[in-house]
Amino acid sequence: MPLIKNGAPLQDPWFAVTGDEQLDRDGPLLVPLEIWQAHRDRLAGRVGPVGVRLASHQSPALVADDLDRLDLVALEFPKFTDGRAYSYARLLRERHSFGGEIRAVGHILRDQFAFLLRCGFDAIEVDERAAAGWQSATTAFSAWYQPATDDAASIPARRRYAVPARSTAAVIRSEPVTPRQPSPAEVAVCAATWAY
Amino acid sequence: MPSTAITANRLLDGAVIYLTADGGWSERLADAAIADGKDAETDLLAAAETQARAGTVIGPYAFKVEVEAGTPIPLGRREAIRTLGPSVRTDLGTQTATH
Amino acid sequence: MYRYDEFDHTFVTQRVEQFREQVARRISGELSEDEFKPLRLMNGLYLQLHAYMLRVAVPYGTLSARQLRQLAYIARRYDRGYGHFTTRQNIQFNWPTLSDTPDILADLAAVEMHAIQTSGNCIRNTTADATAGVAADEVADSRIYCEIIRQWSTLHPEFSFLPRKFKIAVTGSGRDRAVTAAHDIGLRMQRDADGNPGFEVLVGGGQGRTPVLAAKIRDFLPEGDLLSYLEAILRVYNQLGRRDNIYKARIKILVRETGAAEFARLVEAEWAHIRNGELRLPADELERIRGYFAPPLYQALDDACPELAAQRAGNRGFDAWVQSNVEAHKRPGYAIATISLKPHGGIPGDASAEQMEVVAGLADRYGFGEIRVTYKQNLLLPDLRKGDLFAVWKALGETGLATANSHRLSDIIACPGLDYCNLANARSIPIAQVISARFADLEREREIGNVTVNISGCINACAHHHVANIGILGVDKKGKEFYQVTLGGAADENAAIGDIVGPAFDEDRIAGAVETVVDVYLAERRGADEAFIDTYRRIGLKPFKEKLYAAH
Repeated sequence: MPLIKNGAPLQDPWFAVTGDEQLDRDGPLLVPLEIWQAHRDRLAGRVGPVGVRLASHQSPALVADDLDRLDLVALEFPKFTDGRAYSYARLLRERHSFGGEIRAVGHILRDQFAFLLRCGFDAIEVDERAAAGWQSATTAFSAWYQPATDDAASIPARRRYAVPARSTAAVIRSEPVTPRQPSPAEVAVCAATWAY
Repeated sequence: MPSTAITANRLLDGAVIYLTADGGWSERLADAAIADGKDAETDLLAAAETQARAGTVIGPYAFKVEVEAGTPIPLGRREAIRTLGPSVRTDLGTQTATH
Repeated sequence: MYRYDEFDHTFVTQRVEQFREQVARRISGELSEDEFKPLRLMNGLYLQLHAYMLRVAVPYGTLSARQLRQLAYIARRYDRGYGHFTTRQNIQFNWPTLSDTPDILADLAAVEMHAIQTSGNCIRNTTADATAGVAADEVADSRIYCEIIRQWSTLHPEFSFLPRKFKIAVTGSGRDRAVTAAHDIGLRMQRDADGNPGFEVLVGGGQGRTPVLAAKIRDFLPEGDLLSYLEAILRVYNQLGRRDNIYKARIKILVRETGAAEFARLVEAEWAHIRNGELRLPADELERIRGYFAPPLYQALDDACPELAAQRAGNRGFDAWVQSNVEAHKRPGYAIATISLKPHGGIPGDASAEQMEVVAGLADRYGFGEIRVTYKQNLLLPDLRKGDLFAVWKALGETGLATANSHRLSDIIACPGLDYCNLANARSIPIAQVISARFADLEREREIGNVTVNISGCINACAHHHVANIGILGVDKKGKEFYQVTLGGAADENAAIGDIVGPAFDEDRIAGAVETVVDVYLAERRGADEAFIDTYRRIGLKPFKEKLYAAH
């Protein structure tokens, strides 16, 4: 399955381990949580990158203490409607300061790419059909309303600091519009009645 | 054993449609292919589902009809309302069209 | 009211283009229906019994006259000349086509409207009391916080694929007119000892198969902590809410299975990490949003209006309408008027394009160009001068909008039911019509007083029948429509879930059953000042049950 990392297609160097007998292989190994838990010391001590794959019911809290030893955490989307991993990714980045690769695997639509990136995923396993829409999917919106894991300024932050939105479509002015403030006379008329 | 017909919604406009004998679709229940038995129903449904996968129709299913003087009548209130239109707005839905 | 800046305009425009492209991919076959369905739901497009249905967001029930006119235009151009207002203050169009929907959304964007997240497993329209900002008994204006929540929740990357739908309501008054107890999150505005605004936080209310009143998890949340706290609640729910069974996926199930105290602890633990982060609302940001909801240019008027008194004395119909549909305003000399979309024998909550235009015109001419959509599927003009009420009433009367039944028995909340909805088991609208026609006597309705009657066509309870004084649930028994009655529900600050009275009534007997219930109330009440719900609480279910089933 093709992989997109940091916006570019990539040959996946990781081997997805399915059984204990594969743990002798060289090169980067991606193991399911159960195998990590059963062979933790051996895997933690191996030469070469190691990663853990979490199913959607498996919280990253289960590997929180091991993150300094992991180079990759793969988070599963069994159906694209199962959105638990968005929270898991954010927690890995923001709570546990995980600096390795966070990869989305499973059933993913291109309409979710932007959400995945904003939550801290940097790699997404995609089918060709979805990969073809990468550019369009990740540039559909020039600004978002809320802060997330990525470092894009939210719309409220842009309003405060008068940062112009990067627009791919609409023609816009660069200064934010401030709402009309009532005149002192208007304020005086209303002041007595309003609590604020 | 009641007869059945196959219905779905048209992708582009959501209209209620019925599978016809030649594998096409019609907005008129009178044109619907009638299945008199489980095997016939299974065949019709399979044909409809193939078209659903191809993308022009949504959610085909079989429903019971009674054939009176050659005309299928839906059994069940839900299907009757679906065939005719909202009972509270008889000026809307297919009940307004001449059949 | 809030006005879009260029960020908002750009956002909705980009959203429309994204949906246009998704529709194209669906039509070309690149997207299957299974893949497309959640995407179209997140733009409010359902597939119903006869056609698609588009649910347009009316944020916290507030509309400008211009927006209402555009809704009328959409009804005419793309639909069949009418729209339906819902219990979550939105509007639904029942006959759009998939191919037209991107254009409809573009026409909505042109007037600062959208259909974002009006369906799907995401955060829905945050609703408020329709009299926010003008109610005489208000603690604070809830619309400010609703707008802040609206923006924060829009295309939130972490919370767009929740276990199930998520609904938030905010009330700014001690009188809860936003049904907060029946919402996934209910926020009740308070002030602390120093007068600072904040919220009592309730979680896990809901109706449907398992009606539950929300549990309080925090006594007071300062206003600046609103978004970080909501984020903590949603993050706990997103991770722990059940995904194995759609009937157990709402947050109410999680709160019940975890226990409210433990759930609160989980939220507080998460919140501790994020409360001082970027979601903290600084005072100047609150001020900025507050600025959009600054009061309009009210005139300095006397509260006494002899003109109004004379008009009432001279016209019984007008007097009845003022009694039932007009309520007190914060400002002296002003009034709030409910426009009933419940003509006796009519379809509850529907408005024709012509009616919408009349209301828009009245808002412009007599108000400040603003209209509200109420929880009871009515419209409301929030700022009328008392001296103008008569002219407004006459104009409403010419378009069938002057029924004097606000909060009365015939002010029925009804879901679309089996006439429109794919999920329904029974029709609800014809039952509403029959019942309201039976009680189509203004004297009698006034005599009965305020009582809530809600009719749902299936167990999903979209008409909120569980929290109605008289709740009616349509069921299908062996191909026939039957109606089950519940009594004693309440949707206000004394929220309660109604009690099932007994076996269901068939469609020919349900209106009679409601009459019987009313007769028992009238016979048992301690004077005309004791409202239906108070009599019920005093005497209980038994006297009603006895009379209802006496013949059988």
